Amino acid sequence: MRISKLRRLFAMGAVMIGIMLLGTGCKSMIVFDPKGPVGLQQRDLIYITMLLCLIILVPVLLITAWIVWRYRDKKDNDAPYQPVWSHSTKLEIVWWSIPIAVILILAIVTAHYTYALDPAKPLESDKKTITIQATSLDWKWLFQYPEQGIATVNYLVIPEKTPVKFELTSDGPMNSFWVPQLGGMIYTMSGMATTLHLQADEPGNYMGTGANFTGRDFAKMAFTAKAVSQTDFDRWVTEAKAGGNALSEDGYQMLAQPGTAGRLTFASIPSGLFERIVHEYSMSRGAPPGYTLKAKTLSEEKESAHTEESEGGQLPPGNNAQKDAPDVRGFGQSGHPLDHRHMNHGK
Amino acid sequence: MIDRLTDFVSWFFVTGDPLIYGADVAIVLTTAAIVFVLTYFEKWGWLWREWLTTVDHKRVGIMYIIASLLMLFRGGVDALLMRTQLAFPDLKFLSPEHYNEVFTTHGVIMILFMAMPLMFGLFNIAVPLQLGARDVAFPFLNSLSFWLFFIGAMLFNMSFVIGGSANAGWLSYPPLSEMTGSPGVGEDFYIWGVQISGIGSLMTGINFIVTIVKMRAPGMTWSRVPIFTWSVLSSCIAIIVAFPVLTVTLALLFLDRFLGAHFFTMDGGGNAMMYVNLIWMWGHPEVYIVVLPAFGIFSEVVATFSRKRLFGYGSMVFAMLSISLMAYFTWLHHFFTMGSGANVNIFFAISTMIIAIPTGVKIFNWLFTMFRGRISFQTPMLWTVAFIPCFIVGGMTGVMLSVAPADFQFHNSYFLIAHFHQVLIGGVAFGYFAGLYYWWPKMFGFKLNETIGKWAFWIWNIGFYVCFMPQYVVGLDGMTRRLNSYSWDSGWWALNFTSTIGGFLMGIGFLFQVWQIAHSIKFMEKDTTGDPWGARTLEWSIPSPAPLYNFATTPLVTDRDDWWEEKERIAAGKMPKAKPELEPIHMPKNSPIPFIQSICWFTVGFGLVFHWLWIAIPGFIGIAVTMLVHSFNYDTDYYIPVDEIQRTEAKAGRGA
Repeated sequence: MRISKLRRLFAMGAVMIGIMLLGTGCKSMIVFDPKGPVGLQQRDLIYITMLLCLIILVPVLLITAWIVWRYRDKKDNDAPYQPVWSHSTKLEIVWWSIPIAVILILAIVTAHYTYALDPAKPLESDKKTITIQATSLDWKWLFQYPEQGIATVNYLVIPEKTPVKFELTSDGPMNSFWVPQLGGMIYTMSGMATTLHLQADEPGNYMGTGANFTGRDFAKMAFTAKAVSQTDFDRWVTEAKAGGNALSEDGYQMLAQPGTAGRLTFASIPSGLFERIVHEYSMSRGAPPGYTLKAKTLSEEKESAHTEESEGGQLPPGNNAQKDAPDVRGFGQSGHPLDHRHMNHGK
Repeated sequence: MIDRLTDFVSWFFVTGDPLIYGADVAIVLTTAAIVFVLTYFEKWGWLWREWLTTVDHKRVGIMYIIASLLMLFRGGVDALLMRTQLAFPDLKFLSPEHYNEVFTTHGVIMILFMAMPLMFGLFNIAVPLQLGARDVAFPFLNSLSFWLFFIGAMLFNMSFVIGGSANAGWLSYPPLSEMTGSPGVGEDFYIWGVQISGIGSLMTGINFIVTIVKMRAPGMTWSRVPIFTWSVLSSCIAIIVAFPVLTVTLALLFLDRFLGAHFFTMDGGGNAMMYVNLIWMWGHPEVYIVVLPAFGIFSEVVATFSRKRLFGYGSMVFAMLSISLMAYFTWLHHFFTMGSGANVNIFFAISTMIIAIPTGVKIFNWLFTMFRGRISFQTPMLWTVAFIPCFIVGGMTGVMLSVAPADFQFHNSYFLIAHFHQVLIGGVAFGYFAGLYYWWPKMFGFKLNETIGKWAFWIWNIGFYVCFMPQYVVGLDGMTRRLNSYSWDSGWWALNFTSTIGGFLMGIGFLFQVWQIAHSIKFMEKDTTGDPWGARTLEWSIPSPAPLYNFATTPLVTDRDDWWEEKERIAAGKMPKAKPELEPIHMPKNSPIPFIQSICWFTVGFGLVFHWLWIAIPGFIGIAVTMLVHSFNYDTDYYIPVDEIQRTEAKAGRGA
């Protein structure tokens, strides 16, 4: 008996250590150390959820320990023994209603935060949102800055306190774009573009990673998201433009070949490349031919002037891009030959 | 010519890795040893008559359990290989390709070839006996189900040494699993291994639903059906709705690969997300399929070892049936991060949370079964008691994952890995272990050694927490699943190393269980009572192991815990229930057809894996022929005469 007591204590101890490990580890965990408004709200939401769960968890664990201890089979145990007692409507109402109440609260909280944290929803800010187009390739990330006309591979530089609109797609297996300290992840999928709004509130190097398995060198798809001041960002853009290397169509085809890559910077990008990556696959789903052409012209226009209005025109109806999707019927009935360039299908 | 042959051989067989050559040698030696032992002791006939052709649910159950324990070993070795690779940063123990194969195999084997057959084994052992039935409704079909599972498992396992294993994750998301992403035969092995055993699972689902609906002993109204049987019914309902989805999904994927169709490809009109939706429409109910029977086992065990009636029987049944229904409305929570609109995510977040309600109620009912009972801590009960805190924590993290915007931070990270291992090990594995220990005496007529069992229990449990608690933390620190290595800068080393220690502790726990079984076989104490735990339901009213025909006379059920009430009546000095006169017992005959037909299925699967129709077509013909032969075979049953029943009963010590 003595030994079994010890064992039970030990079991409870193990559970407690586990929970403590969770608790004390929080400080070092990057999800709990957010550096942007999205990550911050998500952290708060996680805390609320944990709290709601702990309200049930802790008492139930205590009750379990007490019951197991109190009603153990021992000769001199004076606890009541009622072998036939097996129903109590009152008690059952109590424990049907406890989880129902908690889930009800949690459901309301979840609904509120789901709308608030809709990744396609622009962030409120007095600064103008910048757009970055991220493409997951085998096994590297291509980040295009359409407004600046530059591109990077495997690293990101963003201005601090500025909302960033990420347009995400994949030219290969589906992946997931995740910078934990800025906010949660969204899938990158071929043939569609998803949207994710993030913002960094202070300068720093934040870990980014591909979170959905894509094959051999999936582990090499980590990248750094570097947040810098606006002046540093502008300087970096100027340096990148002056740096020399341009990303050509052929260069992209090379880049898209399966393999790993280091950090690369490109001084210019082919017009409409991102749109063509997205459309390469959606075209074969029967999108009207003018769609690609329109995308091309729009992004050419974009270079001269604004972005906000024309952006919507480029994305095919894929998931959360849907709400921005334009009416395509009026465009491109002229039967232009499609762009038959095959973009990295055969791997 | 010679060159072409060597080219073929080096393509056909997996080469280049010392681990694989070791496995090759082990496979050859084991096969030789088995053949030698069977020949030397002249056991081929025994093997054929008593096992390969049997339709007896108890033997089918035992074969399921043996196969699943072998698969647990294989899946466990995979797990330890992965943990070894992750023990230190930048380790080169496994190459990325090999690591990808290992985690894919680990997942497929643990869910489909370990959990499912262990579950079916326990169904087979317990359900007909709990119902007071002679066998399942369709004994022939039952045997066919087993052999299809077994052959499917063998086909899948073979890819380790022949052709190369699947390496696109346990659910094989396209486009990675399409020809463009996985040109080898691994994915085809996956498709056909899972497909063939899936047909078996579907048939088992049908078989047990019919058994439970039609074969209950007289007097066993629905409110008297043992709770484990209820859990089997709810699980089987989920099986017959979910498994056809899996069959269709894998068939479409195979069409993509074999005929160049475009269901899930990146181009040609395909959409990979369609596959992801379909596979989780099966995949999410699947986890409830495996966990519901575990709930049933805990309910039986907790009542037996608390020597008290199960608290809230009605609620328990309602909770299980509602879980098996709700399981269909949650699949999208596996990809909240695909960027669908807020409304979609809210619907699936809330439908997921709702499942926590009946599950929570079940926990309270188990607790109040123990409340005012007398709890004895034998091994089945130990696993049950350990399950409760483990499952509450796992359930809590599950609820956290269901909060869609928070899931953006958890998804595909080690937080998720820790969560589902906690519910699948803490819920399913603990439950099946409890069931295995609980029904072991009924299967074999002796108990497993309690002392070694307790050692195994503690090592397993400590190992579990050491392994998986750090994974929650490392997940929140940004480590994603399926990484084959990480760098020193990541700061993940200490947690991963701890986790690896825990993984190996669980491995040692498993070795203790193997030792426990071996030790108990050698030093067994025969159980002469047929009821070693002082249990409550009908299966304990007959001798252990149960005779071929189960019940000499069909029991008449008058209470929910019928056997317990009978014992109470006898203890109170009242008359036990009168038993009717013995009559000849109608039994199904053994049949070689399930075994032979499964070999034909293997041929089909193997041929289609390599796209060799000249192998697949004869297999199809074989299947058709065996079906026809069985259809026109009218000699399928016989009667056990009364005097033989009397002899058997007398030998078992409980004369009729």
